[in-house]
Amino acid sequence: MRNKCILLITAVLCFFLQCTLCQKIAIGLIAPNLLVIFVVSIGLMRGKKTALFVGFFVGLLMDLFYGGYLGIYSFLYMMIGYLSGLAFRIYYDNNIKVPMLLTGGCDFLYNVGVFVFTFLLRGRVQVLFFIKRIIIPEMIYTIFLTALVYKLFYYISHRLMKQDRKERDSTWLLK
Amino acid sequence: MKKKRNFHLKSKHMLAIMSIVCVSLLITTFASDFSVQPLKDGAGYIVVPFEKGLNRIGTWMNGIADNFRDVRELAEENEKLQDQVDALKEKNNQLAVDQKELERLEELYSVDEEYSEHDKVLAQVIAKEPGNWYSTFTIDKGRRDGIQVDMNVIAAGGLVGIVTEAGPGWAIVRTIIDDGSNVSGMTVADSDTCIVSGSLELMDSGQITFSQLRDDEGRVSVGENVVTSHISDKYLEGILIGTIASIERDANNLTCTGYLVPAVDFRHLQEVLVITKLKDSAKETGDEE
Repeated sequence: MRNKCILLITAVLCFFLQCTLCQKIAIGLIAPNLLVIFVVSIGLMRGKKTALFVGFFVGLLMDLFYGGYLGIYSFLYMMIGYLSGLAFRIYYDNNIKVPMLLTGGCDFLYNVGVFVFTFLLRGRVQVLFFIKRIIIPEMIYTIFLTALVYKLFYYISHRLMKQDRKERDSTWLLK
Repeated sequence: MKKKRNFHLKSKHMLAIMSIVCVSLLITTFASDFSVQPLKDGAGYIVVPFEKGLNRIGTWMNGIADNFRDVRELAEENEKLQDQVDALKEKNNQLAVDQKELERLEELYSVDEEYSEHDKVLAQVIAKEPGNWYSTFTIDKGRRDGIQVDMNVIAAGGLVGIVTEAGPGWAIVRTIIDDGSNVSGMTVADSDTCIVSGSLELMDSGQITFSQLRDDEGRVSVGENVVTSHISDKYLEGILIGTIASIERDANNLTCTGYLVPAVDFRHLQEVLVITKLKDSAKETGDEE
């Protein structure tokens, strides 16, 4: 219960930081994506299932406030949570390189998803332009931000939240 | 509680279930009139107060950063501004004369200035769209202040956008530079109508595109102002959108396409005005030709 509360509060906190502060520190109109960092960190530190729900919740917030139809962002963030959860207990989560690489990959996939669902379907076909101008810069900025904030999420997960080590959380290693 | 513990879903099954939930959510909101407004209102009660507070902190920090600007830079700027003031003073005198003339003419033709007559609500921009794909923002006024969906939003220079969602204490505005925005516009001189659409591809130049401008005689030229048109069903007539930066004749030799420089500086938008009048009600009271 306590874990769920902490996750909920952190998720909401990240959401409005993303809407306000992250937009203020945008470079060349590109803002980093704190929400992806958050969901990926949870996936890496808490496992697939938790990250799946956290991703769904974060995505739902996005859908409710800024999405046209419910479901697109929920689905994308949920997938990111699940994908990053695959790395749970396979890589050490106290090494900064792993989350950096993971956020880079997941941010790329997420933006490709947004592009395909909300731009390509409306007939915006300039894929290369969008990759060069939006997806790659955002990925780099997000990776950079990961280096700064990951320790904070690590602290939240390992100090404030209870650890429940279950065998079923890991797919490949312990089974 | 203990019994529940024995029941475990594998995470991949969970993923499948939640994916189905997402897709069904998508379909329900897409296909039916199922309203999620109560849900949105509820979420807004949690998030918006924090956003307001954070925004205040952000503005405060911006103020501090500005204080650290180089003194020399400021002196230089001061000099430049002084020149500008002189030039503007001269211009102002000229304009004052023109204004008098305009007033006289207006009286003569009994033209009422619709634009300034509308009631407006001043609102603060408190949050922006979290991603980099769209250009929408949240303002700190909502239904309680009389704001409704489809109301026009303006700033000092001209048209900013339109309210797409209105919660009790906040509203979401889609700007005209948003990739999904289309506005019906017309040129000031000849009332030739065109469609003004935002495009993410032009984010660096800050311009927006216009198309389907019918201009048989080639009278429209660079530098002409484009305002919202009389045939638009959501935008009030006569709000300045921008100035034509370039124009090109289409292959069909009938219509023109080109780029506009918006009248509003979208990068430094902090306060906007919402016109609390819908086009529909304007139609009822206004005379139709």
